[in-house]
Amino acid sequence: MNTIKLMEVCGTHTMAIVRAGIKKLLPAWIELVSGPGCPVCVTSERDIDAAIDIARQKDVIMTTFGDMMRVPGSTGSFEETKQKGSDIRIVYSVLDALRIAEENPKHKVVFMGVGFETTSPTVASVLKEARARKIKNFSILSNFKLIFPALRTIAGSREVQIDGFICPGHVSVITGSVPYEKIAKRYKKACVITGFEPGDILKGIEKLVRRVRDKNYGVEIEYARAVRKKGNPTAQDVLKEVFTPRGVEWRGLGVIKKSGLKLRNKYKDFDAERIFKVKRRSVLKKKGCICGEILKGLKKPADCKLFGKACTTRHPVGPCMVSSEGTCAAYYRYGK
Amino acid sequence: MENKITLAHGNGGRLMHELIEHLALKFSNKILDEMADAAEFTVGNSKIAFSTDSYVVNPLFFPGSDIGKLAVFGTVNDIAMKGAKPLYISLGLIIEEGLETSILLEISDSIKNAAKKAKVQVITGDVKVVEKGACDKIFINTSGIGIISYASKIDAKAREGDEIIINGPIAEHGLAVLNAREKLGFISNIKSDCINLNFDVERTLKASRHIHVLRDPTRGGVATVLHEIAHFSNLGIEIDEKLIPVRPRVARFCDILGFDPLYIANEGKFLCFVRRNDACRVRSAMGKDARIIGKVVRSHAKEVHLKTILGPMRILPELESDQLPRIC
Amino acid sequence: MCLAVPAKIERIKKQTATVDFGGVRREISLGILDGVRVGDYVLVHAGFAIGKVTKQEADDTLGALKELKRFSR
Repeated sequence: MNTIKLMEVCGTHTMAIVRAGIKKLLPAWIELVSGPGCPVCVTSERDIDAAIDIARQKDVIMTTFGDMMRVPGSTGSFEETKQKGSDIRIVYSVLDALRIAEENPKHKVVFMGVGFETTSPTVASVLKEARARKIKNFSILSNFKLIFPALRTIAGSREVQIDGFICPGHVSVITGSVPYEKIAKRYKKACVITGFEPGDILKGIEKLVRRVRDKNYGVEIEYARAVRKKGNPTAQDVLKEVFTPRGVEWRGLGVIKKSGLKLRNKYKDFDAERIFKVKRRSVLKKKGCICGEILKGLKKPADCKLFGKACTTRHPVGPCMVSSEGTCAAYYRYGK
Repeated sequence: MENKITLAHGNGGRLMHELIEHLALKFSNKILDEMADAAEFTVGNSKIAFSTDSYVVNPLFFPGSDIGKLAVFGTVNDIAMKGAKPLYISLGLIIEEGLETSILLEISDSIKNAAKKAKVQVITGDVKVVEKGACDKIFINTSGIGIISYASKIDAKAREGDEIIINGPIAEHGLAVLNAREKLGFISNIKSDCINLNFDVERTLKASRHIHVLRDPTRGGVATVLHEIAHFSNLGIEIDEKLIPVRPRVARFCDILGFDPLYIANEGKFLCFVRRNDACRVRSAMGKDARIIGKVVRSHAKEVHLKTILGPMRILPELESDQLPRIC
Repeated sequence: MCLAVPAKIERIKKQTATVDFGGVRREISLGILDGVRVGDYVLVHAGFAIGKVTKQEADDTLGALKELKRFSR
């Protein structure tokens, strides 16, 4: 059997694969590569610096998901900024951020928004509500990203030899399977949308292998208990009403066209970028980080000059080390 | 070491261990170097266990327990983990000005009841009041001593072939406190498991003369304690995910927040490392919820391996810093 | 990429529902999902119902593994 290289796009899949020890169960000819689907890990240093600049201002309460707290910018993380006295709070939901705004009318409450198509509609929905209720002290710093432009970049890169994608189950609950179809056809990749139980993942891999072997490039929903072909149209509509695409920088991958979301003009009063006149300072790039190539499955952590020296789990540089289950973090921690 | 102390230096993970080792090196002596939860030494003909601990918890009251009960049982348990019978404790209170007297009374009542339950007496104490902002409402320190009568030495060293037993389902204290503190909006019946373990330990010790290690997996959870023991014993540890007792609602809550229960604090659990032949008897003595969860092996020294639900083994990494609620 | 957990809808009041994750309850928003009724199972992500789930179980692990091993031959 020739080696078959599959990419699990989603960070939650990576986590589930590590936790269940799935790689050890697979035949040697199946190789799994971790993709860019950890939204906090691909948030650029520049974007984190900008958020920290806002959090440091007087009368600001910065809110965000717990995942974001330890991701380093160029001068530190939210957690470090909080320890220096800034008011930064972890929320489970953007709804909680809105509640904090209502409870603290004298403060400006900002939500640092990160996430893919699963998360951005929740924020869009809250913004609609905040606008309807004319809440004045609430805003969003949008660092939302879209997974499909990144997938196209990876699938279309000439050096990449990925045969198929284990597609993210929960993004697909919103988007449905249709957006994968173009990628599958154009780049000749097999795509299977699957869930997060070990059985879901193994079944997804089995279906991918079958498709790659038969050169049957298309999209299949293995996670049928949750994913429909057309996804969740209400969520898609809410998203489109509030956000519009723009080019943004991904940590490790660089700028990708139309891969991020910004607030539409109608919502400009809730746009933290406008309210706080955010200027994204240029960041001194640590030379030598090869996360982009690792994310595409072209190189291994050992090929990186920074690995284990300038880049460790405590002081990570690229997304593969930032994510606790990222390729580099796993190599660093487990020595493999 | 880093330039400044961060919260990660106190959460039971790797940074905290580095800090403690750094400090312990300064005072190095035979007793301290054992790095146990309680120190063991001889006075006259008596073997004594001595331990101290400070309690800072926000909020002061949470489902299942409060800072007062925690301060008594925490120290009682540390002494019990030496195989000792706890007898006396001291009580130091650091109070922030402005604390309502009724809260202080409620906490002191809780201390009184806890001491009664554990059959220990508070025999010395101290109160300091500091300016607003100099501490958070109230901090408590307790120290305690107990008498060791168990024949063989209980130290932090496990032996090859030991079975590892836990006395019940894990991760409840940490989740109860987190849910009360972070106001995440969840409603559950998850309560802190905070309880005194001295009588359970007494019963356990009667069941075997070959108990090598007793430890309560508090900060950093079961995983952190297993790491410490693997390191100190220079042996490997293997546990089986399927055998680790976790209540369904605790497992669900962990799923929602993206937590691993193995790294979450407990206040009423203890791990016992015992010679294999005695494992069943000891398990029965530890209580009806006790489970054998793994064993000590010669291979992969200083590492903890976990047999996953699917069967393969993987490394159970050391906790880097405490877990935060995640969306991905 | 995104944690989402199934929960059962217990009560609905306008755009807000109380759900049971299995011993853990919370109020969530129905702001991005239409047609939800009491008794339905939904996937909850960051405090929102994002989609309905049918109560079908995850796929059989052993079956999938056997199939994969069969390919190697």
